[in-house]
Amino acid sequence: MSKSVDTVILVAAGLLCAVPAMADTFGLGRPATQAEIVAWDIDVRPDGEGLPEGQGTAVEGEEIYAEQCAACHGDFGEGIDRWPVLVGGVDTLENDRPVKTIGSYWPYASTIWDYVHRAMPFGEAQSLEDDEVYAITAYLLYMNDIIEDDEAVLSHETFGDIVMPNADGFIPDNRATVDEMVGGAPCMKDCTAGPVSVTMRARVLDVTPEDEN
Amino acid sequence: MASPDKTALSRRALLSGAAGSAALATVARADDPAITGMQEWNQYLGDGVDAAPYGVPSEFEADVVRRDVPWLTADPVSSVNFTPLHKLEGIITPNGLCFERHHAGVALIDPAEHRLMINGLVDRPLVFTMEDIKRFPRENKVYFLECAANTGMEWRGAQLNGCQFTHGMVHCVMYTGVPLRYLLEEAGVKTNAKWIMPEGADASAMTRSIPLEKALDDCLVAFAMNGEALRPEQGYPLRIVVPGWEGNMWVKWLRRIEVGDEPWHHREETSKYTDLLEGGKARRFTWEMDVKSVITSPSPQAPITHGKGHTVISGLAWSGRGTIDRVDVSLDGGRNWQTARIDGPSHDKALHRFYHEFDWDGSPLLLQSRAVDSEGWVQPTKDALRAVRGTESIYHNNSIQTWHVRDGGEVENVEVG
Repeated sequence: MSKSVDTVILVAAGLLCAVPAMADTFGLGRPATQAEIVAWDIDVRPDGEGLPEGQGTAVEGEEIYAEQCAACHGDFGEGIDRWPVLVGGVDTLENDRPVKTIGSYWPYASTIWDYVHRAMPFGEAQSLEDDEVYAITAYLLYMNDIIEDDEAVLSHETFGDIVMPNADGFIPDNRATVDEMVGGAPCMKDCTAGPVSVTMRARVLDVTPEDEN
Repeated sequence: MASPDKTALSRRALLSGAAGSAALATVARADDPAITGMQEWNQYLGDGVDAAPYGVPSEFEADVVRRDVPWLTADPVSSVNFTPLHKLEGIITPNGLCFERHHAGVALIDPAEHRLMINGLVDRPLVFTMEDIKRFPRENKVYFLECAANTGMEWRGAQLNGCQFTHGMVHCVMYTGVPLRYLLEEAGVKTNAKWIMPEGADASAMTRSIPLEKALDDCLVAFAMNGEALRPEQGYPLRIVVPGWEGNMWVKWLRRIEVGDEPWHHREETSKYTDLLEGGKARRFTWEMDVKSVITSPSPQAPITHGKGHTVISGLAWSGRGTIDRVDVSLDGGRNWQTARIDGPSHDKALHRFYHEFDWDGSPLLLQSRAVDSEGWVQPTKDALRAVRGTESIYHNNSIQTWHVRDGGEVENVEVG
């Protein structure tokens, strides 16, 4: 559909909006143009909806990652200081100290593409070309052993082939049926076997910030 | 422990009786220079009316400020600070003290350049200016906003000495805004639509998936808080209000709402804001904030300084599922409880203020509060919560807090058993 036809249709829709006959609306706002929607509608879903045409490989991604990402996330995705760790942690989710990364935790590869594209690099969001985002995504998947071949082309057409290791790691909110925190009159008197005593003190860790005031 | 009720009654009777007054009158004490002396403010003129066109608190309240925990995050532009709950009263949080959580700093937006787009599964993709939005019918609603990670540092045990740090990722203000359903109806939601996705205009372009049912129920698109425009750090000029649900969903600097038939599973609802349980599975879409309460004073930053005698315990309770039916207070670490007095308005999904007044005999206390909401949910002990959630959930820690009051009135964050 050509842009001029779009415009005609959208203008017509706009006129309809303003007609009082549409009793359930207030006639406020104006139709969004196709170019406006394209400019802002950047979200990507697990089924691939929203992915633009494009492609990249892990080899290409490594170079971009080194320039754009490694300063915070580390050369190997290990995370500098408190910046997020991107790689590793597989089979640690049951551990005392789980390491939640793209490889060990994230259920969908589309989330990587979407997030890198909308919010990264930190402080220069939405500055990467689509092909660069494909390449960085491929490299992150490669570092997490989800893509084995660093020359494999990740594109809008091959994206659906990616299955994340922890895709089945999530369950719906079942607090209401599992956690048993509903109903019953709470105990008011002699609720513990004996007198209660202190078992742990925050001061032992002493991580409360000093007050400068 | 002696019955607190009896102690309180006998002392009150003594102090209010004639014998009590006579005893006080005979105590020899020095004259108070605050009375006998002349103060500067008794004699000299103060500032005129224009000294502070936008008023600020007294300089003697300079310690009532938001504070952060620097070791928690890598960079202050993607970080959080905390509401000074220990110094606040009532149920409304002053705008300048509402905790902040940004993912890419505070976006500074000219409202004349701000737009809200609604697109996706709608009959008419629309764009609204701020002027357009203020022409819709608007509502005023008091709601709390709690970060899902509030109290998240306490899962493994007592860690931070101050309810500002343990519980300060919550605030409660009156929002003025447009019911989201008016905007969605204006665009005409298609019959196969099931979800919406609000998106921010800041450099993190925050997104969350929200069921259409919630969007049509009680969500607002708000432009004012506590009677004035939103503060920049709270999303000026426009944010979405998602009553009772975790704060991350209340997208600030709101510029777009997409309507869809599936959730988007974006970063903040997969990598973050999912609750890892023992056994390695994680709950997702745990939107509602559980019933919760905390004693705000006394607390580690607000010790008892007056010595023994009549004492006021002040606290807050809230639930993402409704109103607060009841708050109980324990002075002995949860062995015995008394029902506290809720004072002030009881709004749906808003903070509630409770008090318990008692006569402190100066001996150590283990203070706790326990809230019950209008849906029957009861605030759990730390042990009970860990039994069902483990210690790696990060989010949704609504367990009962214990403050240890020492005999000198100093207060510390402890766990009990």
